[in-house]
Amino acid sequence: MKKLVLFCIGIAAMALFPGRLKAQDFLKNAQVTGSFQADAALYQKDAAMGITSESINGQPVRMNGFTEVNYEYKNFYAGMRFEAYLPPLLGYDPSYLGAGVPYWYVKYKNDLLEVTAGNFYEQFGQGMTFRTYQEWTLGYDNSMRGLRVKFMPSKGITLTGVYGFQRFFWTPFQNNNRGIVKGIDGDFNLNDMFSALSDSKLKITIGGSFVSDYQKDKNMPYVIGDKAYTLSLPQNVACYGGRLNLNYAGLNFYTEYAHKINDPSKMNEYIYKPGNAILVDLTYSRKNLGIELKSKWIDNFSYKSDRSYSLNGVDINYLPAINKEHTYALSAMYPYATQTTGEAGIAGSVVYTIPKNSKLGGKNGLTIEVDFSQVNSIKKTPVNDTTPIGQTGTLGYAANFYSIGNEVYWQETQVDVTKKIGKKVKCIFEYLYQTYNKAVVQGHPEDPIIYSNIGIADVTFNVNKKLSLRWELQGLFTKQDNGNWAEGMMEVTISPKWFFSLSDQYNYGNSDASKQLNYYNVAAGFVYNTTRIQLAYGRQREGIICVGGVCRYVPQSSGFTLTVTSSF
Amino acid sequence: MKNTTLILICLSAFFVTFAQTGEASARRKTVPVVNLKDIYGNVVSTSTIDNGGKPIIIDFWATWCKPCIRELSAIADVYDDWVKETGVKLYAISVDDPRSSSQVKPFVDGKGWSYTILLDQNSDLKRAMGVGPIPQTFVLNGKGEIIWTHTTFAEGNENDIIEVIRKVVKGEEIK
Repeated sequence: MKKLVLFCIGIAAMALFPGRLKAQDFLKNAQVTGSFQADAALYQKDAAMGITSESINGQPVRMNGFTEVNYEYKNFYAGMRFEAYLPPLLGYDPSYLGAGVPYWYVKYKNDLLEVTAGNFYEQFGQGMTFRTYQEWTLGYDNSMRGLRVKFMPSKGITLTGVYGFQRFFWTPFQNNNRGIVKGIDGDFNLNDMFSALSDSKLKITIGGSFVSDYQKDKNMPYVIGDKAYTLSLPQNVACYGGRLNLNYAGLNFYTEYAHKINDPSKMNEYIYKPGNAILVDLTYSRKNLGIELKSKWIDNFSYKSDRSYSLNGVDINYLPAINKEHTYALSAMYPYATQTTGEAGIAGSVVYTIPKNSKLGGKNGLTIEVDFSQVNSIKKTPVNDTTPIGQTGTLGYAANFYSIGNEVYWQETQVDVTKKIGKKVKCIFEYLYQTYNKAVVQGHPEDPIIYSNIGIADVTFNVNKKLSLRWELQGLFTKQDNGNWAEGMMEVTISPKWFFSLSDQYNYGNSDASKQLNYYNVAAGFVYNTTRIQLAYGRQREGIICVGGVCRYVPQSSGFTLTVTSSF
Repeated sequence: MKNTTLILICLSAFFVTFAQTGEASARRKTVPVVNLKDIYGNVVSTSTIDNGGKPIIIDFWATWCKPCIRELSAIADVYDDWVKETGVKLYAISVDDPRSSSQVKPFVDGKGWSYTILLDQNSDLKRAMGVGPIPQTFVLNGKGEIIWTHTTFAEGNENDIIEVIRKVVKGEEIK
């Protein structure tokens, strides 16, 4: 806190007091940007949904909000973010209750060097060894607080070093209550580094990183049968990886491999097996055609700076799900999340646009997208005859590199057609078939595998230059879980300032007649340049929101929500 | 309580400072210098964003963002005409994270878009420019100064963008 105050006073002093600090310059030639968001809710009782004043917990009014300000003057940068959760909205971690400045930084940057003190977000490669980021809609922030240095000694070379600890809600870092994270990364563009390669059509980039987490030794007592043991936990956990990107004309090949030494944690039930992860990605594209094939294999690869924490937070690395992210309500009903204890996944996609003025494409052309993804377990075998798989305090299991198990965690086939008809109508039609292993993904062992067919139609009609109408019609058909769902939505937009929408999700297929509910929603919004205000009233169904590698549970609720966003 | 007071003092200091900055600042904002990646994995500084003195559009988007795709598709229909008329160049800044960033190039090519694509995988530029929800669109004049910005997309918004660009080309003042 003291440091923060000094930092603020410093900034204010530099700007306010004339003289040697050249305040005039700091004011005149400086640049300030920032953003603001407030999400507020007024929750109501709803007898049909079973929401009582007890479940609202006596706090019907809740708000999440932040303001972020960035200041830039020549090579000098500074910024901060104020956050308030009074109290946090339903579905956000209650540990957020409070207000404060969890993020601030000062940075100096020139062509050779960049030094950041305070909080920072950083990513090595695709994040398999290290990635800190923030996702406001999820309530996720694992920013580092400490020091970061980037060094660019010559064209094509970037060296990065990080040192610090991660944000954990509002808990201050003290008495080693979580790990100290150190990391280095090198990124090398061979075509820029070697003149012999500068004209080559083959573009080569390589990189490597080493990360270490120090967590103070807290050896744990553990009992197997009638024997008492002490788990001796490693104080330093190292994780390292390498990556390669090759590009030749329309072809691109990327691979990244990472290895982690033994890291017993709550996430892996305190087993001592080292972890491995590999990502391979191949794309080919030319005008009107894009193809991607991707595979990912993960074996015991959760990496957190607090080994005793198993919820969303303090992740050092980033392992996003391999499947496509969905934004339509019903296609996102059963979202897959990476199983860090082990999974083998593949995904492929083709995007093709049939050109304008062709026989099939018609006057406006036609875009077709086909996606497929599947994730299975990995093949785990016992380490010996007497130790069950996953036994705490042992190596846990053995797994061959790239082994694939028989259990299906997720499978999806998706076909998507986008077509413009005349000048006024745009249509998107989508069909999906999903297989979702709820028992594994959501950790409910009693639940069956859910097989669902999903159909979506999204039609936009531009009445004139200012007025447009959009309809959505969606259906999800399954014999498992909550049965069939239908969704309808209509949106009226009066460009550029106003929009109104009316929607309903109806769980007509629920086997429990009392749960065949309508989740209706009415919303109105106003946009002015970079400010957007939206007021909505309705019901929110229980569900899971996933962005990237993290998912958040959203409980059911009913009432008003107000969202204000702005940037400057 | 003590901490809250300190925070309030800090915030006040900030806002007083920045309010003054706003008043005193005569120049327009420019794009902050941030390192991004191009679709071949090369590090590219935003200082290379340039269109030889002609206007530039910067559009923040992602492959999973439906309104963003609607906006870029609507512009794609008229982009060739815009380029012919005004010489404008569109930089589409993808904020796809490692989950979907490898999809960006095949997606853009598959759609047949001819924009210049840059990857902002960890939202560094998005944060530095104060961008909240996407899409957000910026129009820069020939000197690289930000003269107009708008958040969200509604059908027909593309007409507002070209109107602004036409004014830039004619040298008219933008309010």
